[in-house]
Amino acid sequence: MQAFKTLHSTAVPLPIEEVDTDQIIPARFLKATTREGFGDNLFRDWRYDEKGQPRAGFVLNNPVYQGKILLAGRNFGCGSSREHAAWALYDYGFRVVVSSFFADIFRANALNNGLLPVQVSEEVLHECFSAVEADPAARFVADLANQRFKIDATGRAVSFDIDPYKKHCLLEGLDDLDYLLSIQNDILRYEQQRAAVAL
Amino acid sequence: MSAQTLFDKIWSRHIVARAGGDTEVLYIDRHFIHEVTSPQAFEGLRQRQLPVFRPAQTIATADHNVPTRNQQLPIQEERSRSQIEQLSRNCADFGIELYGLGHPRQGIVHVIGPELGITQPGMTIVCGDSHTSTHGAFGCIAFGIGTSQVEQTLATQCLLQQKPKQMRIRVEGQLQAGVTAKDIILHIISRLSASGGTGHFIEYAGPAIRALSMEARMTICNMSIEMGARGGLIAPDETTFRYLKGRPFAPQGDAFAKAAEEWASLYTDEGAAFDAEYIFQAGEIEPMVTFGTNPGMGIGISQRIPEPEKQSPSFRKALSYMGLQPGQQMKGQAVQYVFIGSCTNARIEDLRSVASFVKGKQKSPGINAMIVPGSRQVEAQAKAEGLDRIFAEAGFDFREPGCSACLGMNEDKVPAGAYCVSTSNRNFEGRQGPGARTILASPLTAAATAIAGCLADVREHYQQN
Ligand code: SF4
Repeated sequence: MQAFKTLHSTAVPLPIEEVDTDQIIPARFLKATTREGFGDNLFRDWRYDEKGQPRAGFVLNNPVYQGKILLAGRNFGCGSSREHAAWALYDYGFRVVVSSFFADIFRANALNNGLLPVQVSEEVLHECFSAVEADPAARFVADLANQRFKIDATGRAVSFDIDPYKKHCLLEGLDDLDYLLSIQNDILRYEQQRAAVAL
Repeated sequence: MSAQTLFDKIWSRHIVARAGGDTEVLYIDRHFIHEVTSPQAFEGLRQRQLPVFRPAQTIATADHNVPTRNQQLPIQEERSRSQIEQLSRNCADFGIELYGLGHPRQGIVHVIGPELGITQPGMTIVCGDSHTSTHGAFGCIAFGIGTSQVEQTLATQCLLQQKPKQMRIRVEGQLQAGVTAKDIILHIISRLSASGGTGHFIEYAGPAIRALSMEARMTICNMSIEMGARGGLIAPDETTFRYLKGRPFAPQGDAFAKAAEEWASLYTDEGAAFDAEYIFQAGEIEPMVTFGTNPGMGIGISQRIPEPEKQSPSFRKALSYMGLQPGQQMKGQAVQYVFIGSCTNARIEDLRSVASFVKGKQKSPGINAMIVPGSRQVEAQAKAEGLDRIFAEAGFDFREPGCSACLGMNEDKVPAGAYCVSTSNRNFEGRQGPGARTILASPLTAAATAIAGCLADVREHYQQN
């Protein structure tokens, strides 16, 4: 996993609530057996019509909006557990998603793939959308070490929560598996104590 | 010792270590895998040259991406075939038991786990699928995970987790005739919203829950995730033990009695604290249908679509996608497709209830009605009971097991613009195919709709009889 430290970037606004993982990556694109290439089908049915032509109204098809930060409405990533959603966002080039609420499994999947979920209040999210609306070149800063998210245009800076363990992993580019493998003796001891029933 | 919830009791027995912060290492007793969310996990193991740590605790099946006709023939679509083949290869290479296509135990992962008795009270269970919450019906901690976590479970039989918050939902009283577990859960979600359970594990309790069969309890727990909850669970009782007794993987003989004794200690102590509690009255629940594009957008069949004063862009977008208007009544809405299936409602009781309703009737000519059993065993049982003939005579298409039109990964899709009453769990945009309009409902409502040709209130049938 790639380490994440600080990101300065413009942002892409998607002011829709309850964006579920079926929208982020529809099931028919889950037939791959590797992690690569999902970015091409990110938001597939919002982005392209039945003939595969880009839909002019969708934000990813509007060259005015660019950047590595996705701003999205509340309860982003609800629905299926498919990690392909996090892979698709990352593969497309996003490194941060800002929302007022994230679905649990999506949040975990994002963190396991170096994609930082930044949860802010409804009010701050609104301020972000306004800043981009006023100026698509508006910049934002996500600083993981200090857990600070800043809207450059207004100077507003807020702190965001992240579990200390996950923060450490992200800053160092370590994943959960590295950690779990390092405590294998504890796992063996636990199994002996509990004499787990095998199938 | 202070009063503990059912959840606390199971959780605390599975903590291996603490990782710092609020993060704990949780031991996983059972792991289910399927073809769609596991290939990248095995790829990861190969890259790191790791074996599967406890292969006997993992069970595999092929369900999401399988055809529901002619499963004995090679799969035509190349990418689907290769995904299924990859699963077989991975299971063979890593020593995992596979109930693949054609196997008499194949089926939707959340249907076969309970039906084989692999799912048991007090366990921790995970699967790379959000509806793993289904297994909580047996009084276990069961939740969906992403593919990275599938890899971690394969490699270490453990996961890093933060203990979720806890919610209790009590359902008091008794259901009206024609109202089912599916209606209970759709009603709860419509009240608490599609994000009302986020961060929580939900214990369902109360007399109306106790009165449910195991299969109906599974329907309830299955849809916990549609409130954003990590999972749901129900304390095990005699109903649970009776269901499990004699199943292939359940403890046998004396061991069963011993296990049941232990399971009986799995309940929430008097006075245990929850972060949130809700109470619902079963008698007030109507047959439910959804009108929008998330499962929280549901109403009773006699109600009208709400007209909120301030309509959010998301609300407007959902209704415009569905081609419906605020203030409109759902009853009588024309429908073209009926899908009876999925891990929510494709068990034998669901099929029996549909059969009892449609027996001797004919589906409306304008309706395309499909029934997809949850597993090979459900299919065999249905045939043994002659349900397949009842379905055929009523004009329903009875298929082979799989996830099918629940997620539209195979060819079972609903065309753009068409309305489909579905017994599955998600009415997201495009879930059943690009442009498809999904209306979630119970198997009984789906059956009544197939006969009427439009959304019907199944209670009228019971009043007449
Ligand atoms: S039936 Fe639907 S919800 Fe259930 S596991 Fe299959 S795809 Fe998921």
